Amino acid sequence: MISINGLHKSFGKLDVLQDIGLELATPGVIAILGPNGSGKSTLIKLILGLVLPTHGSITVLGESIDHSYQYRKYISYLPQIARFPDNLKVRELLDVIEDIRGKSRIKASLIDYFGIETFLNNKLGHLSGGTRQKVNLVITFMYDTPIRILDEPSAGLDPIAMVALKKLIEEERKQDKLIVLTTHIIPMVESMANDLVFLLEGSIYFHGAPGELKRKTETNNLEEAIAKLMIRSGTPIIQSSANTYGSLLNPKMLKE
Amino acid sequence: MKKIIIYSLKDLLRSNWIYFYSVFFLLTTMALGWMSQDPLKVVVSLLNIILILVPLVSLLFGLMYIYNMREFTELLLAQPLPRMHVFGGQYAGLVIALSISCLAGIGIPFLILSLHQTVIWFQVSSLCVVGVALTLIFSGFAFFIGLRFENRIKGFAAGLTVWLFFAVIYDGIFLWVLTIFQDYPLEKFTLVMSWMNPIDLGRTLLLLQLDISSLLGYTGAVFQHFLGTVWGKIMSGGILVLWIGIPLWGVRRLAKRKDF
Repeated sequence: MISINGLHKSFGKLDVLQDIGLELATPGVIAILGPNGSGKSTLIKLILGLVLPTHGSITVLGESIDHSYQYRKYISYLPQIARFPDNLKVRELLDVIEDIRGKSRIKASLIDYFGIETFLNNKLGHLSGGTRQKVNLVITFMYDTPIRILDEPSAGLDPIAMVALKKLIEEERKQDKLIVLTTHIIPMVESMANDLVFLLEGSIYFHGAPGELKRKTETNNLEEAIAKLMIRSGTPIIQSSANTYGSLLNPKMLKE
Repeated sequence: MKKIIIYSLKDLLRSNWIYFYSVFFLLTTMALGWMSQDPLKVVVSLLNIILILVPLVSLLFGLMYIYNMREFTELLLAQPLPRMHVFGGQYAGLVIALSISCLAGIGIPFLILSLHQTVIWFQVSSLCVVGVALTLIFSGFAFFIGLRFENRIKGFAAGLTVWLFFAVIYDGIFLWVLTIFQDYPLEKFTLVMSWMNPIDLGRTLLLLQLDISSLLGYTGAVFQHFLGTVWGKIMSGGILVLWIGIPLWGVRRLAKRKDF
């Protein structure tokens, strides 16, 4: 459904993604993992046309996305940061999206599902972060698109909403959709993902099923497997954070 | 694009700043109207306020709007919409909201004043045209700067620099050049220089309507001689329109290849 070829992206001198080739042909849940700054969000934004590639090509459902916007009607996107115009009411925001994408048949049931009906007449600027994220989720799931791209869907959600979200994704997987998600919550990945893409410093370090990753790293636990993957790749993130904690916990420093 | 315009208008017309802006003009115009019985003087004083304030507010409010909308713009750009419709719609929404606010702030007091005294409607409407044109131009600059600088502090600094340049520094340089070369014929140079700054252009256009160009001395006569003709008016009007286009052309170029 999504095919990426020789994709390269740099911001000025900084190479964010290098030579990415990725074939997401079969429906299911694909988790994009990687340390902060590994290029997860950039990859997602490239697929959406928010970021333009330096080299390389992307096709969505067989259609090149270069200079096109129509292909985006097959994608629904959940942005990482849920911020909306402060002076609009929730109801009006949903209307804006419906104006753009057409009437949604399942809007009412989704509003009910995520329990935001009491907030419909509240201004978006007055909502809490978690409620805004629920509005964000309603906007994303309002349309029955073959592809969903979710950037950190669990951010700010309470456990109840989190379970609701998981159920929803589970439901959608059965409908043969392609769901691409980034998250730092490994249990969520473990229970849902068919496929893992592990990005490291702008390259694909591992692509395969979670079981395969466990086999390769000889662990039974995905969290451990991913930690091992980071250590083996010699990524400085673990070491430097260990150092930071080490120095923070240094009793000498505390005394001073 | 219409949908984007409507939603931005809905959002903007509920902003307190827009009301504040309107009320400021309302009070200023009322005060000027009550204090002076000479309608011409009211228009000239108001002109000076508009020439300074409209560019400043358009730039700062525009930048504030663009930076506040940053994440939502991203969501809109991920919808099946062409990029230019998103930005075009937001620009139109911003410009319409600011213009309504400015026009209401000037228009309502004059309507009230017209009950008691004569109002020179033609000049007042010219004043409004200049106000709207400056809103269009400097909101365009705000969009350009907002897209160019991701960092808000840099963006606001750039916005203030643009305003300072056109409102203050340009005139300073202009006067300085005029005094240095005062022995040479400078009429044509002056004319061209006044076209290169939208604020000056607005000022000359309006002062000519007010028929007080004689106050400007010999240069004023040259202005009147040229700009008073139909051709001169068309040309100045055309240049003002060109000024609206310049930042928008930049916005188009930036928006096409920008990463969000």
